[in-house]
Amino acid sequence: MSNGNMNLTLKVWRQSNSTAAGKMENYQLGGVSPDMSFLEMIDMLNEQIIRKGEDAIAFDHDCREGICGMCSMFINGEAHGPNRGVTTCQLHMRSFKDGDTIYIEPWRAEGFPVVKDLMVDRAAFDRIIQSGGFVSVNTSGRTMDANAIPIPKDDADKAFDAATCIGCGACVATCPNSSAMLFVSAKVSQFALLPQGHPERKERVLNMVKQMDEEGFGNCSNIGACEVQCPKSISIENIARMNREYLSASVKPEN
Amino acid sequence: MKLDGKIPEGPLDQKWTKYKNSVRLVNPSNKRNIEVIVVGTGLAGSSAAASLAEMGYKVKAFCFQDSPRRAHSIAAQGGINAAKNYMNDGDSTYRLFYDTIKGGDYRSREANVHRLAEVSASIIDQCVAQGVPFARDYGGLLDNRSFGGTQVSRTFYAKGQTGQQLLLGAYSALSRQIGKGSVKLYNRHEMMDLVVVDGKARGIIARNMITGEIESHSGHAVVLCTGGYGNVFFLSTNAMGSNVTAAWRAHRRGAAFANACFTQIHPTCIPVSGDHQSKLTLMSESLRNDGRIWVPLHKEDAEAIRAKKLKPTDLPEERRDYYLERRYPAFGNLVPRDVASRAAKERCDAGFGVNATGEAVYLDFASAIMRYGKTAATVQGVHNATEDQIRELGTKVVEGKYGNLFQMYEQIVAENPYKTPMMIYPAVHYTMGGLWVNYELMTTVTGCYACGEANFSDHGANRLGASALMQGLADGYFVLPYTIGNYLADEISTGAISTKTTEFVEAEKAVRERLEGLFKTTGTETVDTYHKKLGKIIWDYCGMARNKQGLEFAISEIRKIREDFYKNVKVPGGMNGVNTELEKATRVADFIELGELMCLDALERNESCGGHFREEFQTEEGEALRVDEAFSYVAAWEFTGDPSAPKMNKEDLIYENIKVQQRSYK
Repeated sequence: MSNGNMNLTLKVWRQSNSTAAGKMENYQLGGVSPDMSFLEMIDMLNEQIIRKGEDAIAFDHDCREGICGMCSMFINGEAHGPNRGVTTCQLHMRSFKDGDTIYIEPWRAEGFPVVKDLMVDRAAFDRIIQSGGFVSVNTSGRTMDANAIPIPKDDADKAFDAATCIGCGACVATCPNSSAMLFVSAKVSQFALLPQGHPERKERVLNMVKQMDEEGFGNCSNIGACEVQCPKSISIENIARMNREYLSASVKPEN
Repeated sequence: MKLDGKIPEGPLDQKWTKYKNSVRLVNPSNKRNIEVIVVGTGLAGSSAAASLAEMGYKVKAFCFQDSPRRAHSIAAQGGINAAKNYMNDGDSTYRLFYDTIKGGDYRSREANVHRLAEVSASIIDQCVAQGVPFARDYGGLLDNRSFGGTQVSRTFYAKGQTGQQLLLGAYSALSRQIGKGSVKLYNRHEMMDLVVVDGKARGIIARNMITGEIESHSGHAVVLCTGGYGNVFFLSTNAMGSNVTAAWRAHRRGAAFANACFTQIHPTCIPVSGDHQSKLTLMSESLRNDGRIWVPLHKEDAEAIRAKKLKPTDLPEERRDYYLERRYPAFGNLVPRDVASRAAKERCDAGFGVNATGEAVYLDFASAIMRYGKTAATVQGVHNATEDQIRELGTKVVEGKYGNLFQMYEQIVAENPYKTPMMIYPAVHYTMGGLWVNYELMTTVTGCYACGEANFSDHGANRLGASALMQGLADGYFVLPYTIGNYLADEISTGAISTKTTEFVEAEKAVRERLEGLFKTTGTETVDTYHKKLGKIIWDYCGMARNKQGLEFAISEIRKIREDFYKNVKVPGGMNGVNTELEKATRVADFIELGELMCLDALERNESCGGHFREEFQTEEGEALRVDEAFSYVAAWEFTGDPSAPKMNKEDLIYENIKVQQRSYK
């Protein structure tokens, strides 16, 4: 059961609002159970902080099952912590040892300004989707039967794999260039692989890349850290596909 | 309060068509002058906001998360039902309708459910057109699987992430409208009150969760798509932020709250591991397609397993009790959720539980792995395959179907479910109760609508698997966009609605005072402490089994919690800026009031039906015993000013097309 016995030293980024200066604060936390999730450990720390009458650590989180993409902690220098293929909320304390010192910071990127403590503003991702991450189809009971166009299973599976991106921003946080290309390419790929995405294929990639640049995200220089740190293991093949889409949209004459 | 369901006349299968043909329309030039507020951006909210904007209305969409894509619909795993009959297994609109009514234990409205079944096929068409990557077979056509309470395969899916894919589809449609300026998005905003002017919903008061400002927003109609209230239990499969505040505040402003005690306890969740736990994780019902549920047949084996002296994989077949297959041979492991949950509780209460706390049963994939492995070996031409080869091949097939779920399980429990059976136990998952709505999805406040899980209308006393996604999208894409026009047709000359009126000013002031009051206590208890206390009482006395004495006790305890909360809760920080504890406190305050209503509703309903199991009302075999003569109605509760004294209004349920009978899955 949960009678925890781990003692931890936590160094947490505290910043009261977007314009204030921030700094790392030290906290001691005892009684941590290895069965706790990382965020439950933070909950426990917050209970301790609130009982002292201090301001709780603000952090983004919601579903706590690795799918909403809201949690976003940089733990010991790694986006979502030391384990691969998981979000912060799925990371459990059994991945740490008694006596460990853990550094917890927010995502750091020009495109993701800090809101408070560990919370950042990722609205840039929404604006990129708004610039073209959709198929322009209005609601109608009269599109066409869902089985009217067979889609090769392999294409459908690849489109699905790209579409599993949760938009957490770990790729940006982990990239030395703060590049958002893994995120953008996942959406571009999903629609490039499906016939439904083809009519708007050119404008989509051009518009999304333009918006991405305007948001202040850097370029990809093939480091590959994004793929490693991505909690959904989105492949950088998507970036290659986006580059092809972009090139072909840029050079092909209008039909 | 008069409840008028506004069910159209005529034969069941023509009601919706006739309604659509005769409903009033708003012409495009008038739509541009009409504003609609949509609160919540899950499946219902995103699809409604996008569809209304496409039609030409001006829409304001609100969500408390940092992005509309994070709404908890995203976490739905298994699938979405639709009566497409692609599998040629005899499915039809009528069968989907019938299964849903029966699954809901005859406590939902015929006309609403039939409409849901009618539009189900269009949802799949719409989503595919949006580029939602559903699972396909090798011929390139869509694949289906089975869910509980049905004998056909009508569930469309995208691995264990169907909710994610559908929500991202609706989110992309919404994003397209935001990009065009037809929808204005207010993210990190929480609705704190509904504003009613001259008897009509005219706007909301929202808190900007970044600046802390209390803002007024006006519109010609308000659509609440704010999800369910499962978090009243503290531990549930809901997201941490899922809350009842928007719906509850509408209730306090005159919207009746229906069937509050109808909550769904999902049979297959990862068991509670300790006091530190903040939420529970679902293991999709789709796993019951292939997983077999069992406990040891003999108590001494269960004791040995609990003491870790015996491994489940070492227990021979004849010493296992596949209790669902034994009790319900016709549906086996695919009985509806309420039935499966109660059966698990029954075995664990009898001492056959398999984890340290005795509150877990096994969900075992060993035979599915071998079955798939044999097929794969045959297909691949591997003759005389060894058992290990077959297991390996079968593991790959199971991984392809449920890989992400197995990985999630392993992360949380630190056991490999391909090698040892999963341990599961029921957990709170969904709430069938919610704001009362008529056929047009309007609440009892004129101009205030409720869609998706936030309303009560389609699932009766128990929701079938893969029907929540169907209902959310049906309401948002295909129902509300039609029905809301019937009301807005009268609003074409209203003009812009000012937020400077007395009603807005007073509502804003009341919200500010309510929040400020939370800082004025001298107490030291954290918000979570109260939430956990409330949740435990509701789980113990208004959870999987209820009785009169327990409910009465719970009501008195909840009243004490409410009193103590306002005296002793400690909310640090202030009104300005990000204050996550303040957010939690306002939500818990409303959960406390709702919790009492749930118990009052459960106490009043002297029968068992679906997820509402009153121990006093059961058959000799321990199944839910309905009392149709007395309780075939919707209990729509009206707020009177005192949360302890709501007034109950009845809407009789009339079954013209279905013969109401005792549910049987044997």
